[in-house]
Amino acid sequence: MSTATGTGQQDMRDMFRSMLLIRRFEEKASEEYMAGRIGGFLHLAIGEEAAVVGTVSAMRADDPLTSTYREHGQALARGADPRAVMAELLGRSTGLCGGRGGSMHLMDKARSFYGGYGIVGGSVPLGLGLAYAARYRKSDQVSVTMFGDGATNQGVVAECFNMAGLWDLPIVFLILNNQYGMGTSLEHAAAEEDLYTRCNAYGIPSWKVDGMDVMAVRGAVAEALRIAREERNPACVELLAYRYRGHSMSDPDTVRDADEKERWRLRDPLVTFERVLLGEAVMTADDIAAMKAEVEAVVEDAAAFAEESPEVPVAELADDVYANPFNDDARGGALMP
Amino acid sequence: MSTDPAKPVAYRDALNQALREELTRDPDVFLLGEDIAGFDGAFKVTRGLLAEFGPERVVDTPITEAGFTGMAIGAAMAGLRPVVEIMTVNFVILAMDQIVNNAAKIHYMFGGQASVPIVIRMPGGAGHQLSSQHSQTLDAWFAHVPGLKVVCPSTPEDAKGLLKTAIRDDDPVIFIENEGLYGKKGPVGGPDDLIPFGQAAVRRAGTHCTVIAHSRMVWVALQAAEELASQGIEVEVIDPRTFRPLDLDTLASSVRRTGHAVVVDEGWPEYGISAGLATLLYEACFDWLDAPIGRVTCADVPMPYAKNLEQAALPQPADVVAAVLANIGQGVA
Ligand SMILES: Cc1ncc(C[n+]2csc(CCOP(=O)(O)OP(=O)(O)O)c2C)c(N)n1
Ligand SMILES: [Mg+2]
Repeated sequence: MSTATGTGQQDMRDMFRSMLLIRRFEEKASEEYMAGRIGGFLHLAIGEEAAVVGTVSAMRADDPLTSTYREHGQALARGADPRAVMAELLGRSTGLCGGRGGSMHLMDKARSFYGGYGIVGGSVPLGLGLAYAARYRKSDQVSVTMFGDGATNQGVVAECFNMAGLWDLPIVFLILNNQYGMGTSLEHAAAEEDLYTRCNAYGIPSWKVDGMDVMAVRGAVAEALRIAREERNPACVELLAYRYRGHSMSDPDTVRDADEKERWRLRDPLVTFERVLLGEAVMTADDIAAMKAEVEAVVEDAAAFAEESPEVPVAELADDVYANPFNDDARGGALMP
Repeated sequence: MSTDPAKPVAYRDALNQALREELTRDPDVFLLGEDIAGFDGAFKVTRGLLAEFGPERVVDTPITEAGFTGMAIGAAMAGLRPVVEIMTVNFVILAMDQIVNNAAKIHYMFGGQASVPIVIRMPGGAGHQLSSQHSQTLDAWFAHVPGLKVVCPSTPEDAKGLLKTAIRDDDPVIFIENEGLYGKKGPVGGPDDLIPFGQAAVRRAGTHCTVIAHSRMVWVALQAAEELASQGIEVEVIDPRTFRPLDLDTLASSVRRTGHAVVVDEGWPEYGISAGLATLLYEACFDWLDAPIGRVTCADVPMPYAKNLEQAALPQPADVVAAVLANIGQGVA
């Protein structure tokens, strides 16, 4: 395996820790869901850690990132406090978004993570807007927007490709192709399965990489970011990956073929990267064991913190609807049921 | 597939029966939507229909609501009878242009030459901690638009009978189910039992106050009615069932009898279903009212994720009880 340009051993250790954290965090989240402490939808990205971490590790800390509802990993990789992320999943007042957003709507603006969104395709224009703002302000930030294979079929995504190409906006479109949109496989949803080729029509450089290989993802995203930052052109990378769980916790995952699942299991991005780290003597087996124990403690602490955190006071229900709230007494009576 | 009329049927299965019967009856009927074929639909309403009717009549679409809804409208102009499933009402927002600018206008704008016999069905509602983007009640958006018919069934029987009517209707019908009702069981009609549009249903008779509620809120209102009955207060619970057309006569005659009205709506309070119904009732019954019309609605906020906040935001039976008590306390009941 070749290492991406400028990737040192410390970077590789950090990437591995980030992947471990996401994996353990999401396994814990699934336990919390089963115990009834997390409600709503819980979409896990287990299996997609290389795609998430490879991407984030190539980004600059001030590059804005937008994502879908499957975004615990993006938040954590961006450095969001695991305690605040878990507390958000439990809907507590200490949560990243004060318990209002939940699993699908994490945001950590201080870390330039501009949020997870629930409407398929709906976040892509926001990513374009963040790129527009960067260019407008003459900053050299690059906006990165991650979305699924299913989302590429939304008209708004094609509209964004066109505007990005038309106005040379500094954006990297990342298609996280896990080959399914809920129960529908890519071949049933897309006329052309090489999704990155859609960008050809808009003059946007685009290509596909192995999304299960964190170093390959990092290298590809680094190149896409270079194009956007230095050449001031949009770019697009398709990350071919696989999710190991159902679409969300409520999906029994009966549609996908058992052999197919097994084949992709053998390519577990954490296992393969661990082998690389050992093989290239970046880490010893003891280092890895110690890192796993440390991550385990962080996740357990996050869950304990979340469980002990207070509920959101009901009196705060109507706070934050507006940035400039108005007092409209005539409607006061209708506000609460 | 035969159905035993005595056996209670879940709301989702009642819808399934209506679809199966209409697919069988009319070869021009076909279904399309996301994950409705191989996956049986996100709420399992279309279970088994792919196997029975094949992929040409039960069509999985890409995630592209504006495109496939518009396509179905075009197919309806050619005389087919598409039944579109939008996974939830939150995603129909992407198709609003096609629905409002095309489906609702075509018959009128072209002087009656082409009709659009399409059904667009989808669940709305909240209560499952799905947070702001997945917990909306947008009935009022559609009820606002001339050219659409708007149906909101609250029982398995209505779900089946009204869906069959919708499929046979020659106009675009917006058929709004509720995520909280799919498991609700009850009797259903047979293959020839259609329920006409524009007929409200009296869910409980009473004399002290009229409570108007639709979809899942019917059940909230009925729970409140039980509670009030134990205090000696008898409310009349009326379910409009369809908003376009609306059976204003049944609502107004009840309000004229009781002198009191409370409207319960899972949607937001401002400019919505509760506001519209209250206005129509003021116009029809002003001289009979003993108190201003009461309203119980969702809080005027995007739906929060946290369970306690969500429950506080949604209309609960206790809110209806309080609204009725306040209403009759203000009057001369
Ligand atoms: C506009 C819209 N339509 C439908 C849905 C329901 N839905 C949620 S996720 C999903 C599949 C999306 O697939 P993909 O874009 O590949 O992302 P993945 O879930 O695989 O990460 C669907 C259909 C939605 N959230 N928004
Ligand atoms: Mg996908």
